[in-house]
Amino acid sequence: MSHLIELTDVYKIYHMGDTDIHALDGVTIHIDRGEFVAIVGQSGSGKSTAMNIIGCLDVPTSGSYFLDGVDVSTMEDDQQAEIRNRTLGFIFQQYNLIPKLNVLENVELPLLYSGADSVTRRQAAMAALERVGLAAKCKNLPSQLSGGQQQRVSIARALAGNPSVILADEPTGALDSRTGREVLAFLQELNREGNTIVLITHDNSIAVKAQRIIRLSDGKVIYDGPADDPKAVVQPHEPGEEGEAT
Amino acid sequence: MSFSQSFRLALKSLRTSKMRSLLTMLGIIIGVASVIVIISLGDGMNNMINSEFEKMGANLLQVEVMSPSPSRTVKDEQMYALAQENPGLIAAVSPNVSVRATVKVGSETYSASVTGVGEDLPVIQSVELTQGRFLYYVDVDRMQNVCVIGAWIDQEAYNGAGLGQTLYINGYAYTVVGVVEASDPDSGPTSYNDNQVYIPYTNATRLNGNATITSYLFAATSDETNTRAKAAIESRLEQLLGDEDYYMVISMSEMMSIMGDITGTVMTVLVAIAGISLLVGGIGIMNIMLVSVTERTREIGIRKSLGAKHRDIRRQFIIEAGTTSAVGGVIGIALGTSLAKLVGPMVGIEAAASGVAIGVAFGVSVAVGVIFGYLPANKAAKLNPIDALRYD
Ligand SMILES: Nc1ncnc2c1ncn2[C@@H]1O[C@H](COP(=O)(O)OP(=O)(O)OP(=O)(O)O)[C@@H](O)[C@H]1O
Ligand SMILES: [Mg+2]
Repeated sequence: MSHLIELTDVYKIYHMGDTDIHALDGVTIHIDRGEFVAIVGQSGSGKSTAMNIIGCLDVPTSGSYFLDGVDVSTMEDDQQAEIRNRTLGFIFQQYNLIPKLNVLENVELPLLYSGADSVTRRQAAMAALERVGLAAKCKNLPSQLSGGQQQRVSIARALAGNPSVILADEPTGALDSRTGREVLAFLQELNREGNTIVLITHDNSIAVKAQRIIRLSDGKVIYDGPADDPKAVVQPHEPGEEGEAT
Repeated sequence: MSFSQSFRLALKSLRTSKMRSLLTMLGIIIGVASVIVIISLGDGMNNMINSEFEKMGANLLQVEVMSPSPSRTVKDEQMYALAQENPGLIAAVSPNVSVRATVKVGSETYSASVTGVGEDLPVIQSVELTQGRFLYYVDVDRMQNVCVIGAWIDQEAYNGAGLGQTLYINGYAYTVVGVVEASDPDSGPTSYNDNQVYIPYTNATRLNGNATITSYLFAATSDETNTRAKAAIESRLEQLLGDEDYYMVISMSEMMSIMGDITGTVMTVLVAIAGISLLVGGIGIMNIMLVSVTERTREIGIRKSLGAKHRDIRRQFIIEAGTTSAVGGVIGIALGTSLAKLVGPMVGIEAAASGVAIGVAFGVSVAVGVIFGYLPANKAAKLNPIDALRYD
């Protein structure tokens, strides 16, 4: 059986004047259904670039990407939008809630774009909000919630469309460590329930909570293995990875 | 993206930034308001003109004869005969003889216009009587000294009790047998009919020194027969007078359509000028929508990351632009109709904004928003999701 996510020899090259930046330099990553994978690496190592490609927000310069058996690397914008809508759930560092919409309306958005009717939308959104324990706040605006609550709303939004993969780019980056741990615990719970989770972080203490760690450096995979392997957290070149994450 | 959510969001953002919304909509408001004012006043004016024509008789055919010599004239019997021979075309005929006469009641002289007519005049023109009767055939045949007077004279000379009283036309005593309804209760003698004194045309020709009759009023049987009736009259006059230079047949329906054409053209020009304001309004909306797209780049990125397609984003912004201009249109319609109601009486026109005009104005304002919103909406739809998400 094929993998859920299959990146094969993927390059992402940005042309900056005369120089080419290899944000991804021949990356091959396979992720199966039900895995909890942490992608780690220094700032600028290509984590977000990889995430954008996995998330169908971007296409590779070369190489192939199969998601759930479908080649998505050559798709049109609107086809990618449909894949994002059906198969992927995003959790961003900055929550990315729409400030003018209330919590419920925000969570309903993926269902709105999938063409669900209003009753289904409401039910699915409320169920997702209940899971993150924020059903009571459904009529609030995002600005009326704490950072941790907002991130939980964005998790609910990612869950609402019942996606195959949840992609989280530094989901705890903007939270204090305690709230960050709560969010992480929640992701672990989702994983235990069978969700596939791909998490980006530069924080080793968070990464080790995943089952598997993929370490990137200069656009290349330099480690791909279990999170409890001592090599997973070893810094081959530069010790200490507290550097700014962007 | 659901229509109702886009619509609700658009209304919300209109409400939250009132000043900006107002300025955005100003062009539309002014454009729609001026179109409504122009159309209301124009329609009001048309109605007024039409009702005046209507009073004079919508199927009226007015004949003027310019006899080349005393031997070649048109006699009243000939015109009555013409009418009798064409019952399918001509409903009625009446000579129309103006008399330059002084009208006296007691020692008081009144500025009235004395006209000699036949008993069938009420068939041709609207002559509503409030009291008494109109002239009879016997009055005309026997040249009886009877008259029917306009409401203004009745009021001025007799305080409304003129029926049965006597008035003097060039010194001859005439008995008032009927009073015509006032065309406008408060108006002066200027209004058509109100200062009329109708007498039998036979009396009128005698008062004029037995001059030949040069003016006749015909009524066609209907709108459809108007043209054919006119042709029938013309061919008979041609036969009698020998040359088309010696007569003229004026059709009231032709006059009405000429007047209609003129006011229509004037209104079209004015509406076109007002339309420029709508164009400017559209550009204003386009401008603000472009700003809005830039301001909301991140929102667009978020929506795209959640699966919004090009058409979803495009539709959202088009609905927003359409809503903005529709609200502007509604304000403009309200402003325009109240302005027309205010200005109408000042210029003596009863403004009448038709439902169609209002509907079209609303439709046009929505269309302006949609058309001018398309470009910004398309720009939003084409944004690259990653760039949009990164945007601050
Ligand atoms: N749009 C772009 N144009 C040019 N270069 C880019 C672009 N996006 C990313 N890069 C470059 O690609 C490389 C990888 O960037 P990426 O954002 O994937 O890093 P990252 O691992 O997510 O870093 P961080 O931990 O700071 O978020 C960097 O050198 C970056 O400068
Ligand atoms: Mg990054």
